[in-house]
Amino acid sequence: MKWDEFFVTGDPLIYGADVSIGLTVIGILFYLTYFKKWQWLWREWLTTVDHKKLGIMYIASAVLMLFRGGVDALLMRVQLATPDSKFLDAQHYNEIFTTHGTIMIIFMAMPFLIGLINVVIPLQIGARDVAFPYLNAVSFWTFFIGAMLFNISFVIGGSPSAGWTSYMPLAGNELSPGPGQNYYLLGLQIAGIGTLLTGINFLVTILKMRAPGMTLFKMPMFTWSALITMIIIVFAFPILTVALALMTFDRLFGAHFFTLQGAGMDMLWANLFWLWGHPEVYIVVLPAFGMFSEIISTFSRKVLFGYKAMVWAMVIIAGYSFLVWVHHFFTMGQGELVNSVFSITTMIIGIPTGIKIFNWLFTMYKGKISFTTPMLWSLGFIVNFVIGGVTGVMLAMAAADYQYHNTYFLVAHFHYVLIAGTVFSCFAGLIFWYPKMFGYKLNEAIGKWVFWVFNIGFNVCFIPQFILGLDGMPRRVYTYSAASGWGGLNMLSTVGGFLMGIAFLILAYNFYYSFRYSERENTGDSWGLGRTLEWATTSAVPPHYNFAVTPTVTAMDPLIQMKRDKQDVKPKIEDIKKIHMPDNSGVPFFMASFFFVAGFGLVFEWYWMGIVGLIGVFITLIIRSFDKNEGYYVSEEEIKETERLTV
Amino acid sequence: MANPQDSLSREHGGIPWKHVIGYILSIVLTALALWVTFETGFSTRTILIIIFIFAFLQAALQLLMFMHMTESSEKNNTLTGKTQTGNILFAAFIAIVIVAGSVWVMGAGHAKHDHHKMEMDHDMKMDGDMKMDHGDHK
Amino acid sequence: MAHAEVHDHNTPLEYQSETGRLNILGFWVFLGAEIALFSTLFATYLVLMYRTADGPTPHELFELKGVLIETFLLLTSSFTCGIAIHEMRRRNRKGLFIWMIITLALGAGFLGYEIYEFVTYVHEGAALGTSAFWSGFFVIVGTHGLHVTMGIAWITLILIQVARRGLTPQTSAKVFISSLYWHFLDVVWIFIFTAVYLTGMVLHNG
Repeated sequence: MKWDEFFVTGDPLIYGADVSIGLTVIGILFYLTYFKKWQWLWREWLTTVDHKKLGIMYIASAVLMLFRGGVDALLMRVQLATPDSKFLDAQHYNEIFTTHGTIMIIFMAMPFLIGLINVVIPLQIGARDVAFPYLNAVSFWTFFIGAMLFNISFVIGGSPSAGWTSYMPLAGNELSPGPGQNYYLLGLQIAGIGTLLTGINFLVTILKMRAPGMTLFKMPMFTWSALITMIIIVFAFPILTVALALMTFDRLFGAHFFTLQGAGMDMLWANLFWLWGHPEVYIVVLPAFGMFSEIISTFSRKVLFGYKAMVWAMVIIAGYSFLVWVHHFFTMGQGELVNSVFSITTMIIGIPTGIKIFNWLFTMYKGKISFTTPMLWSLGFIVNFVIGGVTGVMLAMAAADYQYHNTYFLVAHFHYVLIAGTVFSCFAGLIFWYPKMFGYKLNEAIGKWVFWVFNIGFNVCFIPQFILGLDGMPRRVYTYSAASGWGGLNMLSTVGGFLMGIAFLILAYNFYYSFRYSERENTGDSWGLGRTLEWATTSAVPPHYNFAVTPTVTAMDPLIQMKRDKQDVKPKIEDIKKIHMPDNSGVPFFMASFFFVAGFGLVFEWYWMGIVGLIGVFITLIIRSFDKNEGYYVSEEEIKETERLTV
Repeated sequence: MANPQDSLSREHGGIPWKHVIGYILSIVLTALALWVTFETGFSTRTILIIIFIFAFLQAALQLLMFMHMTESSEKNNTLTGKTQTGNILFAAFIAIVIVAGSVWVMGAGHAKHDHHKMEMDHDMKMDGDMKMDHGDHK
Repeated sequence: MAHAEVHDHNTPLEYQSETGRLNILGFWVFLGAEIALFSTLFATYLVLMYRTADGPTPHELFELKGVLIETFLLLTSSFTCGIAIHEMRRRNRKGLFIWMIITLALGAGFLGYEIYEFVTYVHEGAALGTSAFWSGFFVIVGTHGLHVTMGIAWITLILIQVARRGLTPQTSAKVFISSLYWHFLDVVWIFIFTAVYLTGMVLHNG
């Protein structure tokens, strides 16, 4: 392979990106070396097993990916703003919508939520860490490496271009030659390992590590939503693992699962993809529901309305989310019986979600509401998400779906669900728990600007797409003629897209501004309205062991109960005992690096490299198995000093 | 819910009867499945139903008699055993959805007619409305 | 981490440490994921059942005798593995070693037969790329075979640890978990026996 086939060449946009990536890398290397930060980076971040730090790294990666996916989106919007535009060619446009979709779902939405879950859940249940801290580091690093592998496709070898759903035969060797599609398969495969491990880890954490007294029905709603999400992850992700592996066999080893030759069945890919894909929708929306529940309850100063109904609604979804997948391909032609059955199951699944909307409304009813930015995002969510939900029920009708299918109506629908549900919740949760992570709040005034600009932009961007879809504009077309009459609405949609981009920039500025100027918090209960245990820590940012003394829970919303009882969160000096904590480890980082080597080798079908990488992975597994990893004890003196307790 | 303490005291010394019985039953079920498949002359559908029931029974044997599924790790707390059992039952539900669902969806409507020799379709009998669709051949 | 150690003599070693208890439960959850993984492979195999294209049909190649030997070997290894754990719970290290090594030998025998079976099929004109049916067959049976291979390597590594460190709450939890894995492979094989071989023969007999 020649170097000009190895690197992507010929497009000025990509050269620009090459230069900016190069400059960023040089900048980071310079910063780390000049300020002598290498050791700090290794000790505090690359080898950490602390759930809070891993969570922060997840969120930072997700914000980075939000930027990348957002740039993709804006490039598409520029191309579509005017009819017959020459800004991007067809192939480039295909690549961009593919990477936009894949990155936003797999490398932005999920890690953002998993990051928040990492930071908050162990604190919320009063645990010192997760059940398997080492595994948690493996999860993060495999996710991160998977994301990096996927992202370098854009400068080395070429991006995938068969859509984030990668339907066969389009994604096969004949129609998608070259390494692009392999990047998709291997990047998702490696990141998927991390997600599955997260699922197992948090499932066990939530079941076994709760503070004494916190029965299942005293768990905060975010913890419940995380528990259900983890169940869905554990049972849905293996399906994706297999589907990706089968397509890899088709492309690399000449198997005939989904090919047109050898009696393969291309439709089976769609079937398997959505068997995972629909539960995936709930994986990215249930934690969002959990966070909104916490935020709405906190800022309404009221206990969550209909707690049990909400829990059962989610428990039902855990199983039911696996029974609706066919609605993603009603038009594939599996006949009226199959379509009718899945049409009905799909309409029914709207009910548990509908219940939740009323729960949130009644929680606010007669509450004393504080309109903080997390609360604003939650309110924005309710309004916008209902639009997504109602159009979803429209799409659920199989007969009508033949009209909506693969049009911009569908595109607008799932953006209303995923942005208003997942993205709003990520912003809301990030702002809400920001002081827990960094010890200061994000500036509220700037935050309100972000909210309004983003919200207006969001609606200006996607409302026109509903109309365009009903007018017949198909998704994934790179251009359209002036005669179609779609120009005006598309331009409007692009304006909305750029407003969202501006909102993102204001948010980025807010990170900087708040870092410089925000007042530092000196209590654990930063908003003063905290209800759950993560706010019951002694300092704004909890120490690595989280709680000096494990709290005992007597009621739902334990911190509210403690406030009622006038009980101080500060531990008594006689209760302090040494604490056992897990050791840091560099092995997960190296394991993921070997995965990268293996993945990269397989992408280019350099099998020697794939084998070297996999051997490396096995060596790290063996090293871990023989490691006694006994952890260490934090001494009483150290705890007393950290907690500022004097004898 | 079995407690590890019970199973331990029951099996202290002596022959592990639970395992022996489990092993014998597994062999018997395997032999029965073979017999049903090759000797009975039942219809294809009946054979499939029976041998899959046997498979599930044998899986249950392994889980209960060899793998200590219902055992809890803590004294006087059956939560772990219940979680393990619930987990496997839910997995069985998902397994049935994935397998039966895929076979049903992929064998229905146009999907079953796509460009391949499908002369054995009639034996599948997975889908009642098959005969209706035969007019759609292109 | 909560570090409440149980020091009751009747509690099996593997449940005595907090880590051991968490790891065992975590592994059960992982087995749930494995069930979903294999189910997807079964679904694929069954959907592609008649798609033999121009290649041979399973009826022409499947041989009952070999399959029965494989089944018997794996079934017996699951039994001996159970006895090994029984011996471990009696704190009998020697018994654990003897029965585990028998288990591994049976597993290796199983693998040998499977490799022989694969080689025979390839000689007879059925490989991964022959048709959708054979892709499905080789990947589901091969994935199981790969699991058995990893199981043998993994259990060997754990036995080395037991030999070095003795039966502690840590090592016995590892042995127990690897035994769960081994039994689980037998569970999967039961379904391969039923859904791949018997079903393949029944349906293609038509």
